[in-house]
Amino acid sequence: MKTGIAFWNILLKDMRNYYLKPPNISWGIIFPFAWMLMFFIKSQTDVGMRGILPGVVAMSILFGTTSMLAVSITFERRSRSFERLLLAPISLTWLMLAKTLGAILFGIINAFVPILLSLFIVDLSGVNWLTALAAIGFIAVTSTFLGLFIAVSVSEVFEAQTFSNFFRFPMVFLCGLFVPISQLPIFLRPISYVVPLTYGVDILKTSINREGHILPAISFLVLAVYSIVLFLISKRNIRKRWIL
Amino acid sequence: MLRQEKIRMIHDNILQVNRLTKTFDDFVAVDGIDFSVEEGEIFGFLGPNGAGKTTTINMLTGLARPTSGKIYYAGRDYTGNIKKAQPLIGTVPDENNLYEELDGFDNLCFCAALYGIRKTEREQRARRLLEQFDLAEAGERPFKFYSKGMKRKLTVAAGIIHGPRLLFLDEPTTGVDVASARQIRSLIRQLNASGTTIFMTTHYIEEAERLCHRIAFIVRGIIIQAGSVSELMRQAQQDRILQFTFAEGLEVTRLVRDFGGQFPECALKPLNGNVLRIHSLAPVALMPLMQFFDARGMTVLEAKIITPSLEEVFVKVTDVKREEMKKEKEERKK
Repeated sequence: MKTGIAFWNILLKDMRNYYLKPPNISWGIIFPFAWMLMFFIKSQTDVGMRGILPGVVAMSILFGTTSMLAVSITFERRSRSFERLLLAPISLTWLMLAKTLGAILFGIINAFVPILLSLFIVDLSGVNWLTALAAIGFIAVTSTFLGLFIAVSVSEVFEAQTFSNFFRFPMVFLCGLFVPISQLPIFLRPISYVVPLTYGVDILKTSINREGHILPAISFLVLAVYSIVLFLISKRNIRKRWIL
Repeated sequence: MLRQEKIRMIHDNILQVNRLTKTFDDFVAVDGIDFSVEEGEIFGFLGPNGAGKTTTINMLTGLARPTSGKIYYAGRDYTGNIKKAQPLIGTVPDENNLYEELDGFDNLCFCAALYGIRKTEREQRARRLLEQFDLAEAGERPFKFYSKGMKRKLTVAAGIIHGPRLLFLDEPTTGVDVASARQIRSLIRQLNASGTTIFMTTHYIEEAERLCHRIAFIVRGIIIQAGSVSELMRQAQQDRILQFTFAEGLEVTRLVRDFGGQFPECALKPLNGNVLRIHSLAPVALMPLMQFFDARGMTVLEAKIITPSLEEVFVKVTDVKREEMKKEKEERKK
């Protein structure tokens, strides 16, 4: 019960302090909106729009979660308010889950911006919404834990941003969003299959356009394994680097 | 020591530390210290910068892992699991670590929530503490707009909102104005009177002298002296000090030579310009001294007995023993 109260209040505080701040809400809306608009102008057809929807959804989640979490945790670490959390009688696992749940929810909400926009301009009949929603959830969790991994590996806010981009941009180009993996140079293809976003985008492609080429169950499994590994490494890094 | 006695001793102490050590690679930050804090006391932990005070507090509160040694709270060994002891303890770090964006009231409520206190209860406690710390009017103002003194007071309030039995205060009055420092000291006394045991570090020796029941001096990771304030002062008071102020400047070299010849049991220490001190372990007769000065044409303007302060004990202990420790460490290495 006590852990529950602490957990809920950490989440609530982060929501109020970071995710529900006007600049972040506008970032959460404008970023996916800008991507949608860019692709819409480029593709001109609703068929093209439906084709790029999985990629825009995945990117919105990836950028939303990693940016927010990497910055908020690094900022709290710098201002030493993260120490206050470490001094509380809540286990490190619950503490990290409370800190990351806000970012996961933020990522999921970001994902719905392009989906809601698409509802007005694209025919989305035949979409497997259940699988799509599950994919959104899994991508949000994996991306958030990637953000957590970045946040606990650096000391400064600007380092968090730089380090995030080190992961994010190669992932965007390698996940099959802009160029199908089959058309990538042969030496890059194995790297594509190391990138977790590839699996998230592939499930979304399957559920929205039936164009995926990996079995969704395998993709879900890969994302789950990535999430667990990133979470455990982050936990170990906090113990090692912050609890000296 | 008999086993029964040892168990009783541990139970009387809210905190007991045995052979606590912390090393960072080759650097020994805390070197096998032993001490205990009795329930209900204010325990001062003093030492120069880099002596190991904050590292010790970090180990005791769970922000650092001891390399070796034991930590007991209320008789139970929490060495490997300080998390379990955290409801018992409150921590006020040397730097304020509350949330800049949250107001005073919300900061306190959030800190209480971290200890699992329910909404109604934590709001009541927050209001009470804002009143007690004279911050009621600033309760709705964001923390970032608080003055240094107000920030410090709110950080202390946040450290006690869950009602800890033992409160760690790391430099509670450093960097705050005189009025706020006085208020914080008064609050520390009130807290202690209401039953909270306090473990504090401070740079202000007179603050420790006024507040603490017992004190430990730590230098280079080793506790070199510990005891009640009166015990520590007694050592310094064995040294009798007379201070003379003269009408004119002193010819120090000749004076020291002549004085040593005539009063071998005393030590003469010129201070500045026209002031000197005479240290002795035995009572000093005033008349021969006055005659000595008079014979050299020195006009005494003022003569007074100096009562040694805790600061003098601190300087004496840390300076003298530091050298001894250095030798001891070198010998150990050999």
